[in-house]
Amino acid sequence: MSASALAPARPAGTTTRWSRRAAGALAFAALIELVSRTGLADREFLPPATEIAARMGTLALDPAFRAHALTSLLAWAAGLGLATAAAVPLGLLLGSVPVVDAATRSVVEFLRPIPSVALIPLVALVIGTGLQLRISLVVYAALWPILYNTMYGLRGVDPLAKESLRSYGFGPLPVLLRVSLPSAAPFISTGVRLAAGVALILTVSTEIVAGRGEGVGVFIYFAGLAVPARMTDILAGVCWVGLFGVAVNALLVAFERRAFRWHHARLEERT
Amino acid sequence: MKVAADVAAEAPAPVEVLPARAPRAAGLRRAAFRWLVLAVLLLLWEAATRAAGSAFFPAPSAIVVRMREMWFSGPPQRLFLTDVAVRNILPSLGRMAAGFAGGALAGVVLGLAVGLSARVYDYLDGVLQFLRAVPPPALVTVFLVVFGFGLRMQLAFIVFSIVWPVLLNTADGARSVEPLHLQTCQVFRLSRAERLWRVILPSALPKMFAGLRLALSLSLIVMVFSELLPGTTNGIGFQLTEAYSMFDLTAMWAGIVLLGVLGYLLNELFLVAERRVLAWHRAAQEPVG
Repeated sequence: MSASALAPARPAGTTTRWSRRAAGALAFAALIELVSRTGLADREFLPPATEIAARMGTLALDPAFRAHALTSLLAWAAGLGLATAAAVPLGLLLGSVPVVDAATRSVVEFLRPIPSVALIPLVALVIGTGLQLRISLVVYAALWPILYNTMYGLRGVDPLAKESLRSYGFGPLPVLLRVSLPSAAPFISTGVRLAAGVALILTVSTEIVAGRGEGVGVFIYFAGLAVPARMTDILAGVCWVGLFGVAVNALLVAFERRAFRWHHARLEERT
Repeated sequence: MKVAADVAAEAPAPVEVLPARAPRAAGLRRAAFRWLVLAVLLLLWEAATRAAGSAFFPAPSAIVVRMREMWFSGPPQRLFLTDVAVRNILPSLGRMAAGFAGGALAGVVLGLAVGLSARVYDYLDGVLQFLRAVPPPALVTVFLVVFGFGLRMQLAFIVFSIVWPVLLNTADGARSVEPLHLQTCQVFRLSRAERLWRVILPSALPKMFAGLRLALSLSLIVMVFSELLPGTTNGIGFQLTEAYSMFDLTAMWAGIVLLGVLGYLLNELFLVAERRVLAWHRAAQEPVG
């Protein structure tokens, strides 16, 4: 028994793994159903999985909830897009010009650790609690992973490739665009994937704390304030947000695999 | 091993721009340059805020003065901490430390358990990825309903929020032990415990630390978040909301600066610990020649 449990892991086939994942998810749902129906956990706190799933279905058809979801999605996408548009050029600049990097490093080091949710009250006072509040906070939080990954990726660029292009008489900009950017692209895209998760956290946080207008966070928060709390609503909303997060992550991973096949091939060689 | 590569890429090593063995003089010069730039920028900020005179943007000197009188002008025998600091900063740090310790421990133990078997990992992978993808703030309402306002809810919320990145990274690290090492274990007939302690744990450590680093910054975020909610009575986040309701912008800036400094210090401490524990790993990774 000891040998089998700690034996070298032999990776299972893709189909097997997917069916195992699905089986695991079903077992998890069944466990919740059981715990709730047998009264092991208070039903008010943990409704059965089937009820949550059913509520997810009705919420998807509910125009009010769809409006909430659309507002959140808009803030998330706009924030992530703006952060990417700002962070990639900035990262390229900081990563390729050492003087600029040295000059800004201390500022970056002091700004990055500020937990972005702490900015919610301040930004709310300065620019109000509308959509701009969410977008600007999402931008702030999503900026760092992209910036750091861009800089990190630039450091891994093959110096020989840069040198040879330079020796053919290319200036710094073509070298940046033809060698450094493609070589850093997988890292940038990982940064965007990380930032997508951070952006989701900030969207929901801002909606819950500022608690006004529309948004999935607002929906979840008010479901919790109701007396008695509408736990099925809360969990159905949470599950939609989680599924959205999983879907975005899976999409971006699939994109990375296709677009940077060469990169993954290299990584796999190493492991 | 695609999944392994993904998670590794999700937590890049801390970016160190200085080359590992820069000559001392050059390093000093660079540090001096950085501090000089920082000083210049601070002066610019001071000048700009004074010129603008906006209530929203107090001058940095005003923020520092405010931080001092609010928190650090107490009696020397209490390390200069004031009553407000004792009432707000210490509980926040305590909650964060307790939540981080609990979540990290649970994540490491569960992660090792899940990572030891490829089969168990496959079964749980989907559920764990989903739990990780749920933004922690969305769950705060669940914890509020179950525990009500208070310390228990905050601790449970922090623990639950950070356990997933640690768990997934640890499991992934435990899974990616070199098969050759495990075969060697079999040859030398190491016991289960020895194998776990001497082979699997060390090779999982680098990824485990990557997960812990993510968890550290996340725990600061969720700590502040849990204190921003109505119903809290102390903490740095509570002080922020209080300043918000009283329109006290200088106090708000002071709170943000304090949180930034705390985040920076905690991260530095973590890096020191990581460098200690992973010294052998870094040495092994250093390129030859």
